[in-house]
Amino acid sequence: MELCSFLTLDSFITDPLTHEFMRKALLMSSLVAAVCGFLSSFLTLKGWALMGDAVSHSVMPGVVVAYALGLPFSLGAFIFGVGSVALIGFIKQKSRVKEDTVIGLVFTGFFALGIVLVSKIKSNIDLHSILFGSPLGISLSDVKQTIFISLLVVILLSIFRKDLMLYCFDPRHAKTVGINVFFLHYLLLTCLSLAAVVGLQSVGIILVVAMLITPGATAYLLTDKFDNMTVISVLSAIISSLIGIYVSFWFDLETGGSIVLAQTFIFLFAFLFAPRYGIFKLRKLFDGYK
Amino acid sequence: METINYQNFRIEAENICVDYNGKVALYDANLRLKPGQICGLVGMNGAGKTTFFNALTGFVNISKGKIRINGESVRSAQKDQTIAYVPQNEGIDSQFPISVWDVVMMGRYGSMNIFRCPRESDVQAVKDAIERVDLTDHLSTPIGNLSGGQRKRTFLARAIAQRASILLLDEPFSGVDIRTEKLISELFIQFKNEGKTILLSTHDMIHVREFCDLVLLINKTVVAYGETSEVFTPENITTTFGGISPDFLFGPES
Repeated sequence: MELCSFLTLDSFITDPLTHEFMRKALLMSSLVAAVCGFLSSFLTLKGWALMGDAVSHSVMPGVVVAYALGLPFSLGAFIFGVGSVALIGFIKQKSRVKEDTVIGLVFTGFFALGIVLVSKIKSNIDLHSILFGSPLGISLSDVKQTIFISLLVVILLSIFRKDLMLYCFDPRHAKTVGINVFFLHYLLLTCLSLAAVVGLQSVGIILVVAMLITPGATAYLLTDKFDNMTVISVLSAIISSLIGIYVSFWFDLETGGSIVLAQTFIFLFAFLFAPRYGIFKLRKLFDGYK
Repeated sequence: METINYQNFRIEAENICVDYNGKVALYDANLRLKPGQICGLVGMNGAGKTTFFNALTGFVNISKGKIRINGESVRSAQKDQTIAYVPQNEGIDSQFPISVWDVVMMGRYGSMNIFRCPRESDVQAVKDAIERVDLTDHLSTPIGNLSGGQRKRTFLARAIAQRASILLLDEPFSGVDIRTEKLISELFIQFKNEGKTILLSTHDMIHVREFCDLVLLINKTVVAYGETSEVFTPENITTTFGGISPDFLFGPES
């Protein structure tokens, strides 16, 4: 029966929309993708991929504790996300261990704590949905939280867009002309924690870092203008989310994994065929035919 | 145009020390520069040149000593856009998706409102600055597509647009073409006449003799400081470079 629906593209797209949970999943995942995509252009330029990985894994115990205590899970996640970064900074400063090692050991420590807590607190925590995301089973209170956090991040990034760009590009100049670099550093970290919190609902803790770096990396291959990069990053993130959810619906696949795979394929496409920076440098080909 | 008061020092650094997590990068360094002076900062890699710049811009905190910029603190110098820093080419991400215009506009950020919306005057300042470094044909060129010399000129234009009275230049002549080198040296003369104070680090001994009124030789601390003709001697240079003779480093002295 399902196979029949494939005969028309129209029903491929519209059929899932008849389900309430699918409409909600598509909308919420697009919103989350847009937020992560926006932030992604800053993170990839700043070189914070590993930091994104660290923060997103470190929120695990926060989510578990919040669930157990009946608090908004974003609050717990946020505290542990920022806490992990503070701890990374502290250990790095007070020891001779190199930064990437510190990052690796702190986030795995936090993540392990989360897993141990889940096994101890035998409440109705769905480990699977935390680890792999559950965009199809998102609750109403989660929807409200997600919308609130998403708007907050988008507003913050929009207001400080130019300062953050300068901070990523040349923090020394920023400091020299009296811009508060300390504030921008923590602003970006705060946005990172918040984006990780909303992102994990779509694709889960393990894969949320993909939402934070892949769209930016894709966009980086396609343009030399920062504003365009942001737009492309957001669009590719949204498109991947939609593709991922549809594909997972029709083929009964894990949704989070499908979304991230869609992002990866879009990146690979850009990697191969980007006009200027792709492997096949299509631009040169066109120029040759002129 | 501001009045040049030769009684006052633009830069006064007294016994400054900088350490990174207990590791001393610079100690007991002194420097005094007046308006219109060009000073060369010479030392080995790791001798503390960049640290000295970082201390003056406030990018690192000094652990001891005192810095006065135009008689005021580094903090208020930042607020007043007094100091411009021109990084060495290796110090910036040349693949960053940003155009010449946008980089130069960053020189104006410090005096804009929080949203960094350019006013008419900002646009004019950026235009003028880009014209002075002869990059008007490259306004929207991404910096990744520029030559080393053009990129250097872009950052000089940013410093010009900032209208700073003190310019700190990290290796301004490294990796640039002849045309850029000539343009930079012309700009130096103009800056001097405008009463700007310039501190530049360089590896090139010929440039020091050519441009610098004063020279500051450092190796974690000040080895020698004074008029170039008096201080820039083979003995001092040898001491600065840890006992290696300048002949060996730079070829026979002319």
